[in-house]
Amino acid sequence: MTDKIILAGNPNVGKTTLFNRLTGLRHHTGNWAGKTVGSAIGYMDFQGRKTMIVDTPGTYSLKPSSADEEAARDSICYENCDAIIIVCDGCCLERGLYLALQISERRSNTVLCVNLMDEAEKKGIHIDFTMLSEELGFPALALSASTGAGVDELVELIERNSYESSIYKKPAKSSMELKALSGEICAKVISGNSAERKVGTADYLLSHKIFAWPIMLLLLLAILWLSIKGANYPSLLLSKLFSFLGTHFHAFLIYIKMPQMLCSALVDGIYGTTAWVVSVMLPPMAIFFPLFTLLEDLGLLPRIAFNMDGVFKKCGSCGRQALCMCMGLGCNAVGVTGCRIISGHKERLLSILTNSFMPCNGRFPTLFLLAALLFPDSGSLGSSLFVMTLLMLSVILTFISSLLLSLIFPKETAATFSLELPPYRKPRICETLMRSLLDRTLHVLIRAIKAAAPAGLVIWLFANININGSNILSYLQGTLEPLGTFFGLDGAILLGFILGLPANEIVLPIVLMCYLSGTSLAEIPSVSEILVVFSKMGWTPLTIICTAVFTLFHWPCATTLSTIKKESGKLSYALAAAALPTAWGLLICLVIRLLWN
Amino acid sequence: MSSAIKLSDLPIGVDAVICSLPEDENCASRLTELGFFPGARISRLFNAVFGDPCAYSVQNAVIALRRSETERITVNTL
Repeated sequence: MTDKIILAGNPNVGKTTLFNRLTGLRHHTGNWAGKTVGSAIGYMDFQGRKTMIVDTPGTYSLKPSSADEEAARDSICYENCDAIIIVCDGCCLERGLYLALQISERRSNTVLCVNLMDEAEKKGIHIDFTMLSEELGFPALALSASTGAGVDELVELIERNSYESSIYKKPAKSSMELKALSGEICAKVISGNSAERKVGTADYLLSHKIFAWPIMLLLLLAILWLSIKGANYPSLLLSKLFSFLGTHFHAFLIYIKMPQMLCSALVDGIYGTTAWVVSVMLPPMAIFFPLFTLLEDLGLLPRIAFNMDGVFKKCGSCGRQALCMCMGLGCNAVGVTGCRIISGHKERLLSILTNSFMPCNGRFPTLFLLAALLFPDSGSLGSSLFVMTLLMLSVILTFISSLLLSLIFPKETAATFSLELPPYRKPRICETLMRSLLDRTLHVLIRAIKAAAPAGLVIWLFANININGSNILSYLQGTLEPLGTFFGLDGAILLGFILGLPANEIVLPIVLMCYLSGTSLAEIPSVSEILVVFSKMGWTPLTIICTAVFTLFHWPCATTLSTIKKESGKLSYALAAAALPTAWGLLICLVIRLLWN
Repeated sequence: MSSAIKLSDLPIGVDAVICSLPEDENCASRLTELGFFPGARISRLFNAVFGDPCAYSVQNAVIALRRSETERITVNTL
């Protein structure tokens, strides 16, 4: 009978944990960095019936103060559904009840789930659920989504549809009245010690004037190092696997007498490029992201946003931008959408325009590879330090650009800034790692098929269609050569970036195809082989550094640009978002080249 | 005897009760939703690395606010 359920509640109460529990792996979220910013949809199977579950962004009330809260409000108030599950934190019941009472004034089919009851019990908080249900007029359940306690009861309750759904009989109240009512109800149903949160060592260290930065930087360095070191062997394995499969694929095509040209297009163009992208992009991201997600689950990201708010404020933005920048590390389009969590209009715009300074999934592995080329002997430590320096550069330039842009845009009164710092929670390590690993693998594979495969075909065509004696690829490369060298790059690299507009993953494959014109990528070269190819083509450490800088600062990919247009509402902002990083990239490359000589 | 002081002047570790909120309607309702309302217990926990914003404990949650907001909230120390 029940078809669609909406999950609502304050931020950080465990809605998404509950969502994951109910839907298993049968969902698609574009939500990273611990923040739901748009509706996520998943499906739950119970006794043969399929139910749609909608996870909404967290909100403190139905009066929204940012775009993501607005999205939540719209879902909660206007979307047709069979039941609304309001999730709240057992340790912060009063605040959660405020929202629950607001929602129940407007919708009739509500259930309250008091989550994190395991934490509440540890603090000695005891809640009388029978009385709570009576006071509210709708069912209230105890839950611990992370351990699973209470989830079965919840599912049964929903599926049996056995709760008395009723319109909350009292007339709509003012916010002060609702606040008072939630206080009254809590006083009646809560007993036991409700001690306020104490400051632990972790919070003390992470806000310490001296220790905070070294700790955060060390953590970042550690993750980078693990990603680079850990990715080497899987990358090698994957490329061996793909070479093996590629040889057999080729043999098969010859066996079925496919024409040579078509064969080459399939194997060298499509298969070669896709295989290269997967074996280079997947392993480092499959390590970096699960580790990063672990840190997020611990609760570190809000602390970073908290610490950096001071700097962001001086640059015309706010600390929440740090969260958007972290989302941008996964995918800039997601980071741009994530800017919905920022309240002020101007602050949100600044964040959108500078988000692509953070290297996304498609660019990170390129940076790792370039770092390995620059430091072939010093192992992973040199490479990770190099990448970390690049990330610092990205962050610094984000600040400078925000500052400059905020001078151009008209002054606005700063919006109210607030940030909740949830308690540090021990993450469910295995589950988090597995989930993140699967998400990441899927993401890379889908990108490889959607972007790398067609791009591979197009590059192959360019490399094999001859006009006036040379192929299109060489022709374009030659045309761009003077411009490229002016900025410390070369024609192939510049061409790679230009043709890489659809997806940053294909930039290096394009560069390699230019250099190896004739031979293909089906034989995927190892790092040392790439180094040989590049130095034959005249690459110097200068070239590596400039390429790395330009990888960070050039126009965003097509998906990101269209997302920027959608989120900001204007094409001119998308164009500005393309021009800004490019201008920086060209400027810095030029300065480096001039200083080098 | 306790007197009303600005929340931004509340020392770390001292318990207080909120006395009044800013006059701005939007700001006041936002703060109320978060748990800052007249009569609520509050204490200052720690500052960010650069001194602002500060983390406050209110209704069993930790919420960070900037000085520009906390200057406009008054509290009574206990």
